[in-house]
Amino acid sequence: MIFINTRKLTKFLGLKAIRLLILLIVVASVSFIMIQLSPIDPVRAYLGQRIVSQEQLAIMGQYWGTNLSLTERVLGWLQTLASGSMGFSLIYRVPVTEVILQKFTASLTLMIVSWIISAFVGFGLGVLAGAKEGTWIDKIIKTYCYILQSSPTFWIGLVFLMVFSVYLGWFPIGLSVPIGQLSDTVTFWQWLDRLILPAITLSVVGIASITLFTRDKLINVKKSDYFLFAQARGESFWGIIKNHGIRNILLPAISLQFLSFNELFGGTILVEQVFAYPGIGQATVAAGLRSDVPLLLGIVIVSTIFVFAGNFIADIIYQYVDPRLRSEEDE
Amino acid sequence: MSEIPWYNKGLFSSLNLRQKTLLTIGLTVLVLLVIFISGLLIDANLPTNFSIRMRPPSFEHIFGTDWMGRDMFIRTIKGLSLSIMIGLGASIISSIIAMILAFISSINKYCDEFVSWLIDLFASIPHILLIMMISIALGKGAFGVTMAVAFSHWVSLTRVLRAEILQINTSEYVALSEKFGKGKFWIAKEHILPLVLSQIFVGILLVFPHAIMHEASVTFLGFGLSPHEPAIGIILSESMSYLAMGAWWLAFFPGIALLIVVLLFDIIGDNLKRLIDPSEANN
Repeated sequence: MIFINTRKLTKFLGLKAIRLLILLIVVASVSFIMIQLSPIDPVRAYLGQRIVSQEQLAIMGQYWGTNLSLTERVLGWLQTLASGSMGFSLIYRVPVTEVILQKFTASLTLMIVSWIISAFVGFGLGVLAGAKEGTWIDKIIKTYCYILQSSPTFWIGLVFLMVFSVYLGWFPIGLSVPIGQLSDTVTFWQWLDRLILPAITLSVVGIASITLFTRDKLINVKKSDYFLFAQARGESFWGIIKNHGIRNILLPAISLQFLSFNELFGGTILVEQVFAYPGIGQATVAAGLRSDVPLLLGIVIVSTIFVFAGNFIADIIYQYVDPRLRSEEDE
Repeated sequence: MSEIPWYNKGLFSSLNLRQKTLLTIGLTVLVLLVIFISGLLIDANLPTNFSIRMRPPSFEHIFGTDWMGRDMFIRTIKGLSLSIMIGLGASIISSIIAMILAFISSINKYCDEFVSWLIDLFASIPHILLIMMISIALGKGAFGVTMAVAFSHWVSLTRVLRAEILQINTSEYVALSEKFGKGKFWIAKEHILPLVLSQIFVGILLVFPHAIMHEASVTFLGFGLSPHEPAIGIILSESMSYLAMGAWWLAFFPGIALLIVVLLFDIIGDNLKRLIDPSEANN
């Protein structure tokens, strides 16, 4: 039974909330300053090679807010932030919160699916490699992980796209809905068809770290005294792995998986770009390339909360779920 | 160890583990140097020849040719040398940042708190977003992307150095030096720096693969080097337009080449770590 010390929990949550608040303020202001420092003229970046007259340029400048001074921009942005809307996206022409809500849910499906796949496959492979340490299975898994760790995410996406979409023709080349169809009329299978390849790419990248971690931990368990004792009692090998190995390494592995939200988000940006999946990654790239400051800042804030949430859950697992750590502190 | 590695058979069997490690490092460094120098010698303006455009790999052009009839092998080498240069710059700068911050954290408790807070701050923004924003702030290009990668990769090395310095600071010889009235700076220079120098070198090499990969990723997204430069990220993002036409060699070979360079740097880093810290050599 999980017994939770309420006073300690309140203190823990309070500290975390304060930390998050400070973090968000600093992240938001640093990002804002960084973007304002940029020598890239947003109007020019938006127009690209198009030729416009001086008057049109002035109107564009007003729309983008480049004619305002720095303090005016800071104050204006703080005002919109305080009102809770995070401002108005310049390229999508709707409030930033709306854009983020829509794009982030699309990405969240992708991220959750690949996160779960990589957790199960990665853990399974890690246990297999650790249990069969030194054999050819272990070597294959290890080599696979080292190669995956050194290859860029987007390149793996490109290779998958070439093999499965272009060469074999199993999956569509991009986009989350077929061309010429509204997103509301997509059937579940059409949607799934377009999710599989990006999700697999993203999970393949995430597998390496969790596998190597699980393998190391299991090898450590195999060297322990209780493992030797269980062997001496005559338990079967896989029984020991199940009862002593997996029980011991499952919790650290889960918290490692939660700590990987940072890489998951980065991977999503790249994978979405390769597969033209209209999620938060594409919105980020568009906002960055065309200097949509309110949207970019909104994404920075939301993604920081996302990563913080992952770290927070990992912390909770360490502090409150692990029975060994809990008993040490509560006694 | 029961298993015999491939290099333990035949030609190199008379060497001991240390010599073999040195040999591995030497060979990998040689390969990387050859790539780097030949990339530097290649003129960026490759001859275009539209009569041989979009040719699949052949003996004449082993990586094939692109839509302007340029040889992909030469473009890849040029891109790799650019990546190595940016990676080298970024990892040296990030190690300097890490070193400075680690020394600051050793001054007193408040500085230490500040540095830990800074580490937490940088670790909680998604990496790629941070690189994108710094690159935007500095106006993209080679300078922007080098700085962006440098300012986002110091975190892990700083953690290691901070722990190391903390440990050295509690040692007896540091306490003795303090009793002798030596200044903090003198202790840092004479006692701490020589001991952490090896960690710093290994740190530079271990940051390297990440630096190269992130540079390529950011360039691929369009926040790094400008499109007319022959970087690997540019080559790969260009190749996206020709994938549907079946031009697989445009994406496949440059990516493999990048993967090999990253792996080579990993090998150097790991082997150097073994040389410097022999207690872990048998792992």
